[in-house]
Amino acid sequence: MKYLITILFSMFFATQLSAQDATEILNKVDDNMNSETSILKSDMIIYGRRNSRTVTSVGYAEGNNKSFSEYLAPAREKGTKMLKLEDNLWIYSPSTDRTIQLSGHMLKQSVMGSDLSYEDMMENRKLTEMYDSEVIGEELIDDRNTWILQLTAKVDDASYESRKIWVDTERYVPLREELFAKSGQLLKKTELREVKQIDGRWYPTKMNYKDMLKDGKGTDFVVLEIEFDAEIPAYIFSKAALKK
Amino acid sequence: MIKFIFKAILRDKNRSVLPITVVAIGVFLTIALSGYLSGMLSDMIDQTARFQTGHIKVMSRAYAENVDQLPNDLALMDGSELLEELNSDFPNYTWVNRINFGGIIDAPDENEQSKGQGAAMGMAIEMFSKTSGETERLNLKNSLVEGRIPQKSGEVLIGYEFAEKLGAKVGDELTFMGSTMYGSMSFASFVISGTVRFGVMAMDKGTVIIDFSDAQQILNMEDAVGEILGFRHDEVFMQDEVIEMRESFNAKYANDTDEFAPIMKTLGEQNSMGTYLELVNSVSAMFVIIFVLVMSIVLWNTGLIGGLRRYQEFGIRLALGEEKGHIYRTMIFEAVIIGVIGSIIGSALGIGVTLLMQKYGIDISGMMKDATMMMPSTLRSKFSPQLLYIGFIPGLFAMVIGNMLSGIGIYKRETATLFKELEV
Repeated sequence: MKYLITILFSMFFATQLSAQDATEILNKVDDNMNSETSILKSDMIIYGRRNSRTVTSVGYAEGNNKSFSEYLAPAREKGTKMLKLEDNLWIYSPSTDRTIQLSGHMLKQSVMGSDLSYEDMMENRKLTEMYDSEVIGEELIDDRNTWILQLTAKVDDASYESRKIWVDTERYVPLREELFAKSGQLLKKTELREVKQIDGRWYPTKMNYKDMLKDGKGTDFVVLEIEFDAEIPAYIFSKAALKK
Repeated sequence: MIKFIFKAILRDKNRSVLPITVVAIGVFLTIALSGYLSGMLSDMIDQTARFQTGHIKVMSRAYAENVDQLPNDLALMDGSELLEELNSDFPNYTWVNRINFGGIIDAPDENEQSKGQGAAMGMAIEMFSKTSGETERLNLKNSLVEGRIPQKSGEVLIGYEFAEKLGAKVGDELTFMGSTMYGSMSFASFVISGTVRFGVMAMDKGTVIIDFSDAQQILNMEDAVGEILGFRHDEVFMQDEVIEMRESFNAKYANDTDEFAPIMKTLGEQNSMGTYLELVNSVSAMFVIIFVLVMSIVLWNTGLIGGLRRYQEFGIRLALGEEKGHIYRTMIFEAVIIGVIGSIIGSALGIGVTLLMQKYGIDISGMMKDATMMMPSTLRSKFSPQLLYIGFIPGLFAMVIGNMLSGIGIYKRETATLFKELEV
């Protein structure tokens, strides 16, 4: 009886410890990946069956709810802008000089033929705000030790019901992520590489997003320049900035 | 002899009314149901051919593999060259370019804000061409609810329910947002020239039609084409002919290893239409078999009842020295005459109802409010020369077989016991 109680207590504390550890890990990941503001210049390389394209853009973000992107190249995309405020997304097209607001299931459409949806692009809430977490194992990825965290949505509006992330045990950077639907089907897979120290934090500078429901090599996202906690003028996050 | 039997039938109503009624009802049901079912199935096939598959279609191999995803990134290049080749190789067919595409349609209000938005199923056809016959093929003029067919670049036709959902009307501007062939973001503005009732709920709720040249421009598909559809000049689908065409066309590209090389597919090889075609072909045969089986049993039974009723008559005729074979033959002749009369009445009624159903049809739009599959909203019967004999022959045979079976009893009668039976 004494043994049984000891085992049960140990199991209870082990579970508590695991949950606590997972939350702590996730907090550190959030701290590492998020900042008050950021300015990011990037290349998105979209691989098709006939050819591949590189789309260059610059993005401004403030907190979790405000972001603004402007596409710089290629010519057909140049001048296209996107503004996200809270749950709303507006896209400005210079060719028609119109701003279109996307909502509902339209946000699940692919961005420029990539493996990312508008919803994926918009998602920058902290993981700890959206998911309960649990450490379910450890694995070596590219000679880096990682914890495998199982995340389960605790809010109704999370884009994915559950996620599995592989977090570098030393740098608190995710190196792999798998996103699942409610049915348990794997929808997307992300590999994060070329982790560099930028402004005192570790940050992946090359990512590959793969929509598992599509054929192909996925979409690469390469960070060209990134500045954390930069000063961004308030007008950037306004609809007026779209037509400027 | 025939005259004698005919008179007997007319004079003895009990001998003719019931079998004639039974045969007529059976023949009527066979013709009416067969005409209705083949009408319904042919409507679905025609509709699918006109809007989606053509009688035959050419695509790139890679496109054909993913055709459900509207993969314009895998479209055929050098479309005009291929079109010329098809026109010269298969001159009995009209070859038309089509592009199917998806995207978002946004309707702006007076302040340029979105007042309505929806996912659109786009279809680009050669509307401005004088020779393609596409406007007539898709019956666009008669399907207009409001407005007119696009006459210049930048005009669009839209499903009337889609327009209602967007809060847009003829003359309003719409913005299209989608992807080019190369995956770039594509925006374009169109003016609604007309709203259309396609008669297919899924299309009424989300389809826009633009000219092929406009689609090439907005989707960055210069000289590229998603699909080239072939329609026989008389618009009649000929299964054997298209199979031959497919064989000869695909043989030309058999050694080409390029995944973007063209491939030809018949209507039967697309959208699971093969099953439908088989179904259409087997419907008539199925009806005839069921009819002959069921009617034979019913008429056998009717013949038996008649035989029992005429038990005494046959006994007297046998007692008077008439041969069993003669009685049996007169009975069969009688059955033939009754079968012919019943079949004529049944065929006339069945064909009449089929022609009425072909003209007016049954409107099932009320039942299809949330339908997403491509189905005509009015179900019609289809008259074909086949209907002239599809009920007539089995009607006649069923009557004759029924009587032949029940008449076997005549041979079991013993002359020696006849007088006892007749209590003479």
